[in-house]
Amino acid sequence: MRNLLNLIYRYHFFLLFLVLETIAVSMGVRYNFYQKAKFVAFTENIAAFFNETVSSFTDYFHLVETNRKLSLENTMLRNQLQRVYRSDDLFFFSEHDTVHRQKYFFTSARVISNTVTRMHNYLTLDKGRDQGIEPEMGVICSEGIVGITTGVTRNFTSVLSVLNLNFHVSAKLKKNNYFGTISWDGRDYRTVILSEIPYHVEVSPGDTVVTSGYSSLFPEGIPIGTVEEAHVENGNFYIIRVRLFTDFRHLTYVDVIRNLQKEEQQKLRQE
Amino acid sequence: MINTILRYTFIFVVLVLTQVVLLDNIEISRYTVPFLYVLFILVLPFDTPGWLLLLLAFLTGFTIDLFEHTYGLHTAATVLMAWLRPGVLQLIAPRDGYTPNTRPGISDYGLGWFLEYTIPLILVHHLFLFYFEVFTFHHFFSTLLRVLGSTSFTLVLVLLGQLFVLKNRRE
Repeated sequence: MRNLLNLIYRYHFFLLFLVLETIAVSMGVRYNFYQKAKFVAFTENIAAFFNETVSSFTDYFHLVETNRKLSLENTMLRNQLQRVYRSDDLFFFSEHDTVHRQKYFFTSARVISNTVTRMHNYLTLDKGRDQGIEPEMGVICSEGIVGITTGVTRNFTSVLSVLNLNFHVSAKLKKNNYFGTISWDGRDYRTVILSEIPYHVEVSPGDTVVTSGYSSLFPEGIPIGTVEEAHVENGNFYIIRVRLFTDFRHLTYVDVIRNLQKEEQQKLRQE
Repeated sequence: MINTILRYTFIFVVLVLTQVVLLDNIEISRYTVPFLYVLFILVLPFDTPGWLLLLLAFLTGFTIDLFEHTYGLHTAATVLMAWLRPGVLQLIAPRDGYTPNTRPGISDYGLGWFLEYTIPLILVHHLFLFYFEVFTFHHFFSTLLRVLGSTSFTLVLVLLGQLFVLKNRRE
């Protein structure tokens, strides 16, 4: 027994290293997508405080550009709007609607932290559960797709960015409706990969890629990007490099999408 | 003793804040992502006991992990670096060992020694961090380039930090 204690004492530096390193590595490996979401929700409030302070300064640098985009979008929306929903600064309220069957419902939010240089990039938004945001809702901006919400606290939300190795979403070629999967290969924050398009389909640079609407997160036809380059890799499918419409370095305002029929859709799938 | 604890608490807070408030928001390119917070482990006194060194490394890494949503990545890399520190210090020790009351820095041991001390440790930290982050050797060279670029950037920041300390001491 004394020998054992002696041994532990003599090698305590190495043993402690082993224990701590094992804890850290298993943490890194075990926390996959969903567990991460819970962990994010737990720690988000502390981090969000700092990020919001920083963001309140950096927002000034993007003001001109953001205003221009907002006014453009406003005009576009006014042209499109056929039925008026009551709105104030924060929310758009949907009226109880039995005729038009409104399916999606958008909440505007501000980005208070964002990265593009990591392999697993996340954004933080300044709205949370109290403003009606839940985990697993789609996030878009005026230019295109942004990500999917993961962790939600009362007033903050973390978003799994398109620029994250864990991100996957169903997408299609706008011109002929062939669908595949969008994912990121970690190389460049301006491009993503569209895979699973069969090789007999005609794909040419410049073709537009949009969301397919097969996942319950995004409506059909949200713009993603344009085809930059396509080649067939060992066998039957294209690997298509898509240039994103969304400029992830200048994200300031985004819209979170609530799918009002999501539960109904999922229930049917389970049956 | 109390003084030392206060001093290093201050350094810890400053480095962590610099990392999460400033450096994490400066995104020059994906090949230069600096992690200045490792400086905290590098500047700890020579006679820091091993167990304390490891625990402090765990704490530092975990704090950064909280802010970056990376859970264990920075913790693992920093603990590994802290474990290697005594070995590296021993390898490059001056002939008559380290004098008491000196600190690991340029002011006491010169630039050459400081580079020999910091480059291997920062490199190990970044190597582990970046490969653990992508979790594959698929884009081996692209990741290696990220490691080398980021290591150089971190090193420049560490040296700038040393200038700051040198100046303080002269005054």
